[in-house]
Amino acid sequence: MTPEVETVVAILVATMRAGTPLVFAALGELVTEKSGVLNLGLEGMMLVGAVAGFIATVTTGSLPLGILFAMLAGMVVALLFGFLTLTLLANQVATGLALTIFGIGLSAFVGLDYIGTPIQGLQAIEIPFLSAIPLLGPVLFRHDPLIYLSLALFAGVSWFLYKSRPGLILRAVGESHQAAHGIGYSVIGIRYLAVLFGGAMAGLAGAYLSLVYTPQWSENMTAGRGWIALALVVFATWRPARVLLGAYLFGFITIISLFLQGAGVDISSHLLATLPYLATIVVLVLISRDATRIRLNAPASLGKPFHPDA
Amino acid sequence: MLLRLVPRPQASQLLRYGSPLIALGLTLLSGLLLFGALGQDPLVALHTFFIRPISSLYGLAELGVKAAPLTLCAIGLTIGFRGNVWNIGAEGQLTLGAICGGGLALAFHGQEGPWLLPLMVLVGGLGGMAWGAIPALLKTRFNANEILTSLMLSYVAIQLLGYLVHGPWRDPEGYNFPETRLFGEAALLPLLLEGTRLHAGALLALIAVGLGWLLLAHSFMGFQIKVSGQADAAARYAGFSRNRVIWLSFLIGGGLAGIAGLGEVAGPMGQLNPTISPGYGFAAIICAFLGRLNPLGVLLASLLMALMFLGGEALQMNLNLPLAITGVFQGLLLFFVLAADVLIRYRVRLGPAVARPAP
Repeated sequence: MTPEVETVVAILVATMRAGTPLVFAALGELVTEKSGVLNLGLEGMMLVGAVAGFIATVTTGSLPLGILFAMLAGMVVALLFGFLTLTLLANQVATGLALTIFGIGLSAFVGLDYIGTPIQGLQAIEIPFLSAIPLLGPVLFRHDPLIYLSLALFAGVSWFLYKSRPGLILRAVGESHQAAHGIGYSVIGIRYLAVLFGGAMAGLAGAYLSLVYTPQWSENMTAGRGWIALALVVFATWRPARVLLGAYLFGFITIISLFLQGAGVDISSHLLATLPYLATIVVLVLISRDATRIRLNAPASLGKPFHPDA
Repeated sequence: MLLRLVPRPQASQLLRYGSPLIALGLTLLSGLLLFGALGQDPLVALHTFFIRPISSLYGLAELGVKAAPLTLCAIGLTIGFRGNVWNIGAEGQLTLGAICGGGLALAFHGQEGPWLLPLMVLVGGLGGMAWGAIPALLKTRFNANEILTSLMLSYVAIQLLGYLVHGPWRDPEGYNFPETRLFGEAALLPLLLEGTRLHAGALLALIAVGLGWLLLAHSFMGFQIKVSGQADAAARYAGFSRNRVIWLSFLIGGGLAGIAGLGEVAGPMGQLNPTISPGYGFAAIICAFLGRLNPLGVLLASLLMALMFLGGEALQMNLNLPLAITGVFQGLLLFFVLAADVLIRYRVRLGPAVARPAP
């Protein structure tokens, strides 16, 4: 391969790595929102997952256990969110913000002794034969297992939402909880499950950052990725394929700013670091401009509390 | 289900103001458990966290130093939240206020006069306002979710500050530390109490409380904000402009946060560095809810939140516990107050649902 091709391949590989935590987090949030629940605590759940996975890995020496623990931790804090918003009918926006503030504080607190602890992150595996294909091989078939998992999850979530009966029920709950309740579905029960799935995915996203991408633990290491994932769901107008596309787009923007720095472009690293945030704003504006499209695609009961007696 | 909510015929006024106290009680209880789990004497730790920081005049003044930016930010957020406008970007607006107002102090270094300080406050407020105007514009013009845009802009603002203090604004005689030169004497807010750090920013915060109260409780504009926030359809029927509520919320919120930021750099810091705020803009969200979206309540809540910042520092200094404990407590407090708020509108009953009597 010529150096130019190598650079392109490196950028594409790095793009997928940078986009993967967003894929996990945004897919989880997508399912949660499809059930009619807006969980703004993504950033907090990701941080809790990141620190829990890291601590579990350091303690047990096992990466799979760490990843599992991260998902469990994400589910535990998601359950807290669910209890407040679904059982106690607290305001979803405020509770999501509380979850983020709590997650930032909690993860910083428990992770303090682990800052700078070195670990062996999850390694890429080369899929036999396929990874030998020129160009495509390195780009698609020499990744760490979690990237393959993220693609499988994408397929699974797409199938679940649009091709399966439980997915149909979940969407019905998100569109009209009164109607779903009237037919006899447990609105609250289904929403709990969706919130828990979102928590597990956010935990996984966090684990990807602390166990694969970096791999290390540092305070606030998600750096707004939870919020970018939230924006991605809107940007994707609640469709899984566009979530995937959007996640890689943002991965690309993150990577490009790093590459520019590496290539010696004379722009302050601080200014380059603003790129993903500015890009989020720009795409959000572009997609939201058409208010009708947002209204038609957003789950109709999104963010509204449900009380069977009300 | 084991837990049932039975709607109250009327919202409980007693619990509306009681729920923050319940939440505080539960937070204290969690504190006892947490400190116990950390192997500390819980009572000593709680005393260090809540009592020790304010058991001296200097400590009380520090409480004011920290409560001032919190109050300023939280009053602005309160007005927005009342109108159902979710400005989450106070941290960024605060940062821009510090950059703009502080930049003025740097620009006129060595040629200060008594005119400089008022101008800095004004420019700081305008800077925050401009940063708040972006999500307002994007919301009203392009329908973009203000939670996400205002938050993204906070990250941008913090990077912008980092760029300035690492780059063009770095003190040429500062041994390469990422900080600007110290402001001149005339660019610093006057102290209210000699021997402490309590500065005139605290007075600005009190003025904001008063004006916020006037606006929300005694003005037609405040009435429009509240109606627009609680019943959008009714507000539109009455001809109140939703866009005006959004603009007003962001301009006031941004302006106050900007003044808070200026108060930090022209107050206790006296220069710009990469970390102007330990998260005042985010903690202010808690203050707004804990204070019942009521300016007087917000003042009390900000004092409590300031105490939590001080308490975290005291724990670190005296018991060698991590500073991050403050964030844990603040998050818990907001969780508890949101949970306790359910009691305002519902009675909580244990046990399975009983059949409702026929109407």
